[in-house]
Amino acid sequence: MVQVKQDVCDFCGTCVSVCPVDAIELLEAVLIIDQEKCIDCMKCVIVCPLRALEGTK
Amino acid sequence: MKEMYDIIVVGAGPAGSTAARVAAENGASVLMLEKDREVGIPVRCAEAVGEIGMNRIVKLRPEWIANRIEGVRIIAPDGTRINVQHDEIGFVLDRKKFDSDLARMAAEKGVELLTKAYVFDLIKEKGFVSGVKFRYLGEELSVRAKIVIGADGVESRVGRWAGLKTHLNLQDIETCVQMTITNIPLEKNYCDFYFGSDVAPGGYLWVFPKNENTANVGLGLSGVEAKDKSPIEYLKKFVEKHFPEGAVLTTVAGGVPCAPLMEKMVGNGIMLVGDAAHQAFPITGGGIYTGMLAAKIAGEVAAEALKSGDWSEEALARYQKLWEKEGGKDHMRAYRLKDPLFKLTDEDLNKTAAAVVKKPKAKHTIVTIFKTALFKQPKLIAVVLKLFLRQ
Repeated sequence: MVQVKQDVCDFCGTCVSVCPVDAIELLEAVLIIDQEKCIDCMKCVIVCPLRALEGTK
Repeated sequence: MKEMYDIIVVGAGPAGSTAARVAAENGASVLMLEKDREVGIPVRCAEAVGEIGMNRIVKLRPEWIANRIEGVRIIAPDGTRINVQHDEIGFVLDRKKFDSDLARMAAEKGVELLTKAYVFDLIKEKGFVSGVKFRYLGEELSVRAKIVIGADGVESRVGRWAGLKTHLNLQDIETCVQMTITNIPLEKNYCDFYFGSDVAPGGYLWVFPKNENTANVGLGLSGVEAKDKSPIEYLKKFVEKHFPEGAVLTTVAGGVPCAPLMEKMVGNGIMLVGDAAHQAFPITGGGIYTGMLAAKIAGEVAAEALKSGDWSEEALARYQKLWEKEGGKDHMRAYRLKDPLFKLTDEDLNKTAAAVVKKPKAKHTIVTIFKTALFKQPKLIAVVLKLFLRQ
């Protein structure tokens, strides 16, 4: 599963743009990952400019 | 706020505000919704634009311009600098002021605008998008519209809800981070581009001066190059080396689509503009001009569709056709060059720079640089010539 470090995240949406299953919701300063939809592809973890996402398989 | 508008625009960046303004000028009632608390903030952008293109869409006001750029330098991995010869004047914008004024210009044409308005779904009826659902200061609201324009950035969820394919592959996104750094030595009228596997593999690093001692410094990496080391690690390293005295005024992350033309940027009652429609120019990532150009066309086509009573996918597809005619060919040419250019090794880049600086100064043009870099691939040189010399 993928977890968000809310204190590192800049809420830029780069992760949302590569998520193939629309599992990420972005508000102005909140990022939510829907763990039921997430397929652990780790694309979001790779593209995050600040490494604010952490994948644990 | 009314219960029904002709058009709802989601996102109040330069593309959203332009589409909204142009549609309103052509008689449409328009509501624009921005999820953030303030239009223009944060600035997720390197802020540089060319004069000629921009003035075709909106006359640049002096107060939007932070700095005038007279020269562009390309710096190879070994430090070789090329002073690129070019005719066009460039500007580093004050995007905060620029975005805010573009929204204000839309409002002056009758566009209604809300911030902190978070769109979380579309209303769909009989195969048509017919409005949006959004949260606004604790309330859940549904507002109907004949056409929804998604200007909601690289993450475009509006596009996805409408069934348009806005997802990006890793090779088609540049993952970026930028800092505004002050108290640094600069040559104020030069924009610098650094290349190489040490600074920005699969992309480039920029230093764009905003005044005599402050610059927008940032970089983008191809999504496929970001696995082992992230953009922020590269940027921190560069800043420590080049600007040890610098103080950081802002730190902002962001993604830029550097992707092929979108197969479909319209549907029944829905249009996408700007980064949401992957309109950023694939080799530079510059999306202000291309996004606003597309948005202007989208605003006109949307207004015409309303007048004719037909806002089906077929009717709105005129926008995509016109945009492809204006910018589509160059977009695809740039996309074709992107991979070959950004996959050059440090050795290739150094050799290219060494070969170019040996030539007379007048030949230090972007065309010469690309031709030299791609000399082994004659087919691509033809693409370069078509792209830059309109041959």
